[in-house]
Amino acid sequence: MMNKHYLPIIFFFLIIPIFYIGLDRNKSELPSPLIGKEMPKFSLPSLQNSNQIIDNSNFDYEVFLLNVWATWCSGCLEEHPFLMQLSKSNQIPIIGLNWRDNKNDAIDWLENYGDPYNLIANDQSGRVAIDWGVYGAPESFLVDSNGIIIHKHLGPLNESIWEQEFVSLIMDVKNK
Amino acid sequence: MIPEIGHFSLIVAMMIALTQGYTSLKGARTNDFELMRHTKPLALAQFTLISVSFLCLTSSFLMDDFSVLYVANNSQLALPIIYKISAVWGAHEGSLLLWILILSIWTVLVCRYSNNLPKLFSTRVIGILGLLNFGFLLFTLFTSNPFERIFPTPSDGNDLNPLLQDIGLAIHPPLLYIGYVGFSVAYAFAVAAMLSGNLDRKWAKWTRPWTTAAWLFLTIGIGLGSWWAYYELGWGGWWFWDPVENASFMPWLIGTALIHSLAVTEKRGVFKSWTLLLSISAFSLSLLGTFLVRSGILISVHAFATDPERGLFILIFLVTVIGGALILYAKRASDLDDNVNFSAVSRETFLLLNNVLLVITTLLILIGTLAPLVMEIFGMGKISIGAPWFEIAMLVPMIPLLIFISMGMHSLWIKDDLRKVFNRSKFLFIAATIIGLFVPAYFYGRTGLLLVIGSVLSIWIILSSFVSIKNGLFTNKLKSGINRSVLGMAIAHLGLGLFVLGVTFVSSFGIETDRSFSIGDTLSVAGYDYRLNSIKNAPGPNYQAIEAEIDVYKDNLLYTKLYPQKRTYLVQKSPMTEAAIMASWNKDLFIALGDSLGNGKWSVRIQYKPMIRWIWFGCLIMALGGAIAISDKRYRSSA
Amino acid sequence: MKPRQQRMLAVGSSAIGLIIAAILTFKAFEENMMFFINVTDVVENNKAPLDRDFRVGGLVVENSLIRVEGNLTVNFLITDNKNQLGVEYTGVLPDLFREGQGVVALGRLNGDIFLAETILAKHDENYMPPEVIESLSKHQRDGNEKSL
Repeated sequence: MMNKHYLPIIFFFLIIPIFYIGLDRNKSELPSPLIGKEMPKFSLPSLQNSNQIIDNSNFDYEVFLLNVWATWCSGCLEEHPFLMQLSKSNQIPIIGLNWRDNKNDAIDWLENYGDPYNLIANDQSGRVAIDWGVYGAPESFLVDSNGIIIHKHLGPLNESIWEQEFVSLIMDVKNK
Repeated sequence: MIPEIGHFSLIVAMMIALTQGYTSLKGARTNDFELMRHTKPLALAQFTLISVSFLCLTSSFLMDDFSVLYVANNSQLALPIIYKISAVWGAHEGSLLLWILILSIWTVLVCRYSNNLPKLFSTRVIGILGLLNFGFLLFTLFTSNPFERIFPTPSDGNDLNPLLQDIGLAIHPPLLYIGYVGFSVAYAFAVAAMLSGNLDRKWAKWTRPWTTAAWLFLTIGIGLGSWWAYYELGWGGWWFWDPVENASFMPWLIGTALIHSLAVTEKRGVFKSWTLLLSISAFSLSLLGTFLVRSGILISVHAFATDPERGLFILIFLVTVIGGALILYAKRASDLDDNVNFSAVSRETFLLLNNVLLVITTLLILIGTLAPLVMEIFGMGKISIGAPWFEIAMLVPMIPLLIFISMGMHSLWIKDDLRKVFNRSKFLFIAATIIGLFVPAYFYGRTGLLLVIGSVLSIWIILSSFVSIKNGLFTNKLKSGINRSVLGMAIAHLGLGLFVLGVTFVSSFGIETDRSFSIGDTLSVAGYDYRLNSIKNAPGPNYQAIEAEIDVYKDNLLYTKLYPQKRTYLVQKSPMTEAAIMASWNKDLFIALGDSLGNGKWSVRIQYKPMIRWIWFGCLIMALGGAIAISDKRYRSSA
Repeated sequence: MKPRQQRMLAVGSSAIGLIIAAILTFKAFEENMMFFINVTDVVENNKAPLDRDFRVGGLVVENSLIRVEGNLTVNFLITDNKNQLGVEYTGVLPDLFREGQGVVALGRLNGDIFLAETILAKHDENYMPPEVIESLSKHQRDGNEKSL
């Protein structure tokens, strides 16, 4: 027999799905229009040496990781130890895209915390990041030898995300 | 070393909290006094360990231990000491630790001050509080560990968000949390009562001081947040109907309804199931607020770093805590007998009507806050709900509410007569009408419908409260002295009246304008003349700034000098406007520096805010009323 | 008046009051519900309402900010990588307004120009409103497909 005291719990269980869907939506919503497409062409000065130009011809790798970072981004600090570890293990070349940052600050930051990057492009204006569809920092893109973007991850990288999302994709590329 | 101690303490505290819940609830169910005996010591141990953990995090900040990721993210060497301390709760992980600490403090207080409660009941309450903290500790340790390390250790940190480098904002979270978390005590009391099947007037009496205490801190916390937003965010607004603000306002509204409902249940033994539901809802809304802010589901200025995984955890916690209580409610509430023995016109009626109005207001705000989310999910487009809707959602229920407050204060319990109520209130109402109609119009030269309604109703409440205070202090003194409960009520209502008056005046007579001037120019706003004297550099400890010197004249006499700044913080590079405010009891003059427009001209936003301080003053007085009510002797007596 | 009649009067007038309040509330809700419309929908697809406020957002186009020297009014262009919309705003710009940055404006359309009443910016230097991101990458995708 239903009594009016069941109303609150019913009301509550009607609202909860909204929150759940809202959360879920957040996770998958972020658009990934470039997955499977060729990476955008760009040409930017290197962070450490502005006379040196970094462009798509530098990326003659089997597979590489493009990591978008900046000194003002606390998530970048969080993932940094993992990137250092990754670079030392020589699993994959890491290209840095320094996003809307102050050049000197960025150089100091790397001296302070360590430099995991093979190359770092200085995207001061942020135009290249826009072309790559960067939502926020840190964000990392996995690119194969044909310049196709295979995967992207928004947020700090760590051991488990690497294992789950990147390792098998990298192996697939290497096995081709 | 220290971070490890902090981390370890938390883990042990979590296990203790779980045990605390077990000994209490299992012990109470099986009447095992031996088991129950452990509950209080466990609660004390939990508190001690959490304090140790909190101190460890604080000392990591004070010692500039940047090997702790949280410290590196939220501090820097040049950060003033006081902000190194407040940085402890400046971001997600640390603020959770603060929440946990405060919950453990409330728990210990309940241990200490529950000697007049039956053993079974108080043990249950402490156990439930322990389980709540267990949930939070679990969440923190698994998803938001503040003691996580970073290698290599950076030589300097990323600095605290400049917005947070402010005293007002430093104490805002602790005050709010004391309120939010304090409602968990009422929640625990409700669940304990439902578990024992025992809900009577005594239960309401015990719950009252705890709830009022939480409520008064929440009042101060929200008021402080509003005041801070006003002077720090630079644009003169004091409430933005931001989702996070709404998330704090909804528990406050329900908390207010709860206090009044408890009063009626204690005095008259009615409204029992309503009181029970409100007790559960107040804390539920606190939890909901936490969820909204930390899950990334709503976009807001206030929102913490968003993370859907954390959001999921909190959602599960929410469902368990709230769902569990509501299921218990559905089963047990029908057992409560409510002999409705009050007549159609009585103080009880007015209180009930106002409770309903408060709940309606809360629901409307909830709808407005969630509507954008719902519409987006159902593909109906991306919308945002503008402030005017929330203002209407407040206004429509508030007008009858304000009327009923005054009428309720003039009504008798149990049975009264409408004519007699009118008779008792008519003098004050007429006085309020005269003052409200003419005084503001005279002083400010304008009038309007909402202005008159707001003024009359708030002045009526203020006058009625003064009469009540006078009665409480002089006429109706009990043999045992002043009736602090009644005095507190009257003072709290007085505070509300002042608050509404402030809001009415600022809304009706406030002026905000964007203008431009060069050095030597004068601008006139609301009867004051602003002359730009100079613009120069004014560096600070961790920022660079441009400062303007402005002379303010009234009737050609120098009234004051104002120094608005535009700052750039060195590490985070974010620009910040520091507005200059001339505050007085009956108005604020507010000026914020804009940009250089070229040609030597600068843009400024000048605001005239009459009676705005009464808004926050009103909040303080409301909280004072609550504090006085709690100090009433009846809560110190046994049973 | 007898108590019974009193009660009926009370119930009746409360009911009427509630209905009026509900109607007003719904009306207010509808009026204050502001849609976000992206630049292309405004410029190409004519989806913008002509007589009410709405929100529009995009990236502030580099070098598009024009201000008559000494004037409070600014004009600038916002883009979603496919179309551009002119915005006019009179007032103090928020701290974090900058060319190349994402921005959301609230106002209404006046001919071809969007007259902004408020410019919304957050307190995070690199905040880009999610709606803006989505509209940007939608056109990124379209742009890439065209070039294949």
